[in-house]
Amino acid sequence: MISRRSFCKKSLLIAGGLAIPFSSLELFDPRRLEAEKNDGKKVRWVFLVDTNKCVGCGFCVKACKTENEVPYDANVTRTWVERYVVTKDGKTHIDSPKGARDGFETTAIDIGEGKFEEIRNEDIDKAFFVPKLCNQCDNPPCVQVCPVGATYQTEDGVVLVDRKWCIGCGYCVMGCPYGVRFFHPVYHVAEKCNFCYHRISKGMKTACVDACAFGARRIGNIKDPDDPVTKIIMTERVNVLKEEYGTKPQVFYLGLTKEVR
Amino acid sequence: MVHGEAWTLKEFFVYPNEYIYWTIQIVMYPFMTGLVAGAFVLSSLYHVFGVKALKGIARFSLVFSFALLPVAMLPLMLHLQQPQRGIEVMMTPHFTSAIAAFGIVFSTYGMIVASELWFVYRKHFVETVEEIRRVPAGDRSPLTQLRYYFFSALTLGAQDIGHEALEADERAVKKLAAAGIPVACFLHGYAGFIFGSVKANALWMTPLMPVIFICSAVVSGVALCMLTYILTMEIRKVLARRKAQQYPELPSHHELKSAEAHVVTMTAKYLLMFMVAAITLELLDLIFRGYTAVKSWDILRSVIYERDFVNIFVIQYGLGNLLPFVLFLIPGLTVRRAAIGSMLVLLGVFMMRWNVVIGGQAFSSSLSGFMHYRLPIWPGTFEEAKEGLFGAVVVAVIPFCIFYVLNKVMPVFKETH
Amino acid sequence: MKNHVWRPLYVVLLVIAAVLVTRKILVPADFGIGSRGYMYGWHRPSNEQEWKEVSVKYRTAEYCKQCHPEKYNEIKQSPHANINCENCHGPALNHPDDPKVLTVDRRRELCARCHFRLEYPTSGRGKIRGINPKTHHPELECVTCHWPHDPRKEGHKI
Repeated sequence: MISRRSFCKKSLLIAGGLAIPFSSLELFDPRRLEAEKNDGKKVRWVFLVDTNKCVGCGFCVKACKTENEVPYDANVTRTWVERYVVTKDGKTHIDSPKGARDGFETTAIDIGEGKFEEIRNEDIDKAFFVPKLCNQCDNPPCVQVCPVGATYQTEDGVVLVDRKWCIGCGYCVMGCPYGVRFFHPVYHVAEKCNFCYHRISKGMKTACVDACAFGARRIGNIKDPDDPVTKIIMTERVNVLKEEYGTKPQVFYLGLTKEVR
Repeated sequence: MVHGEAWTLKEFFVYPNEYIYWTIQIVMYPFMTGLVAGAFVLSSLYHVFGVKALKGIARFSLVFSFALLPVAMLPLMLHLQQPQRGIEVMMTPHFTSAIAAFGIVFSTYGMIVASELWFVYRKHFVETVEEIRRVPAGDRSPLTQLRYYFFSALTLGAQDIGHEALEADERAVKKLAAAGIPVACFLHGYAGFIFGSVKANALWMTPLMPVIFICSAVVSGVALCMLTYILTMEIRKVLARRKAQQYPELPSHHELKSAEAHVVTMTAKYLLMFMVAAITLELLDLIFRGYTAVKSWDILRSVIYERDFVNIFVIQYGLGNLLPFVLFLIPGLTVRRAAIGSMLVLLGVFMMRWNVVIGGQAFSSSLSGFMHYRLPIWPGTFEEAKEGLFGAVVVAVIPFCIFYVLNKVMPVFKETH
Repeated sequence: MKNHVWRPLYVVLLVIAAVLVTRKILVPADFGIGSRGYMYGWHRPSNEQEWKEVSVKYRTAEYCKQCHPEKYNEIKQSPHANINCENCHGPALNHPDDPKVLTVDRRRELCARCHFRLEYPTSGRGKIRGINPKTHHPELECVTCHWPHDPRKEGHKI
């Protein structure tokens, strides 16, 4: 039998116990949540590429190689431009001769081993250029697989390579689904685009952004709601490359279509 | 020149920075660790599970596994762009990377094998020391004196070879061999994980990869041990015939022959078992890819069924799996047939590694182009020497040299002179 | 001699101690976990500073404007307004101290980067006025007839 006295006692206890979890509701302070979403950091660099504007001049590639001291004649590059020509027979022809360092000097498509495929203008359904660079992923697989901690992500989201610590195993090169990494021909360590870290940290724009006369490339800070790049990403229909790998890439594209690899 | 450019041919659209960065040395790496793991598992079958029939080959494969061990690391060092920094894997390991565990797993395994060898050979070390001790210090040649110091150091000061102490040794061997099996499997299984976890590579990414690697590792290790065992026995038979009159107490030609035949038949059984497992898994992987046919299947299909058809179906499956399978299954297995069979098995496993490592880079991650690997035969540059045929041959030859040296310290066939 | 079984373990412990000592010597003092955690932030933080110190080669048109305002103003009012000086003149670096003179790239290929006619209907390239460099006065430099700072004006002429 439950006495009235013990019943009251227990009810009070239960009510009191229930009150404890409710007190946690106080945590849901909107201002505090907003602050947590931004996790206190002020900068997260992102990139915006407008493929509609790119004309394939390759000035970005030229500037990048000079600015970042990647040997000009070496067949590797931190950024490159791809040409897509979709013909009426449904085929997609893609090339990027020398990463488009010299732009596209012929109408023929480079199909490797010194061979070219000529395409007649009247066969073209659509044709466009797509600049590529490191996506500075939020979940960078290249960083995850580095066995020695020689590549890492900075607080502002840029993935860097420590040239004094890299052992040159190539696992990061293999781990990148976008093929942006390579071995530096002089330093013999992993090399990649780092959004011109020396420039953006001085308040400048990247060399490729400055070299682009068409506004196809833009860099911005996604943590800053007034940044024009942030505004576009937030309000327009942007896309990213190879989302299925779960890498959360931070280079956003306008005008991406299914043919783009 | 850019690393990789010397041996990569590109066709259709390949990203500008893509080259075949992982070359023949990375084929050698899983092949060599596979041999290490396989040889160890074979020796453990006797030590742990008491498969008496394998006694003849157990000690042999243990020493051979130890000889292969440093060579498992060599291809990795040869392929690093900064080999002098390789030690960093032990200094600042980043365990989210499959490679980071290499230093630790490798050294753990090395220590287990070394300790096991110490227990197996402690009696021999002590006996050698005692033998030299009988010679008065003044009469010893400098070489003998050196040998004395060396073997004394090897005993680690434990010079008791009484019955009880030796029994303790045997128990320790059994425990170490048991502990070694999972570590050996881990050492190699995780070599499979290194590939299987690369999500950017459509051919590599499968959870089956580590298991496939372990099975084929055991297959290749057993095959190599069998082959080397047959070779050494042949040499011993020739020697036995020559020395029959001089040392009548040595095992005779016929004794050796029957012992050899027995060991080979038994080992072949285990070889077949592991081979069935390996092939089953590989085919399962292939069928599964074809059946699910995800985005990457188009390009994988053209790599598997067109570009690499000869490498995969003719050499790997045909010559390397089917033919030795038949050779081993035909009743009345002869030593010669077993030798040919194991050679083919080794070829098959090597081609499997090749088709995984090189085949995985035969297509661009754009899935729109192909890359061909042109193996550098003549070493024109240092890079081509390191990552070409020359480097691979060096890696393949060194374990036999080490085995030769080890055999001087730890004689594999103790009963001989 | 009862516990001789543990002898190899002592060797192992010795090896481990040796590794730990080398680790202390070889690993930079600041090596550690950064803001992205162990998975993405395991690194040597002083490297971030090393990257920030890379020299800037392309100084942008604003830098050129300080000494060449007339050129700057001319191109900014032309259809070439968006082209950066350094695209054709090369990186300024520390010009005029080092280098004293910039080499202008006057090759036809430079202009052809944009003005080689490609009939690409869905790309900005298709809207740029272009020529075929093989048939359009192949023997002349473009600047002979076209003034790059303002293509509406005439070029150098010979």
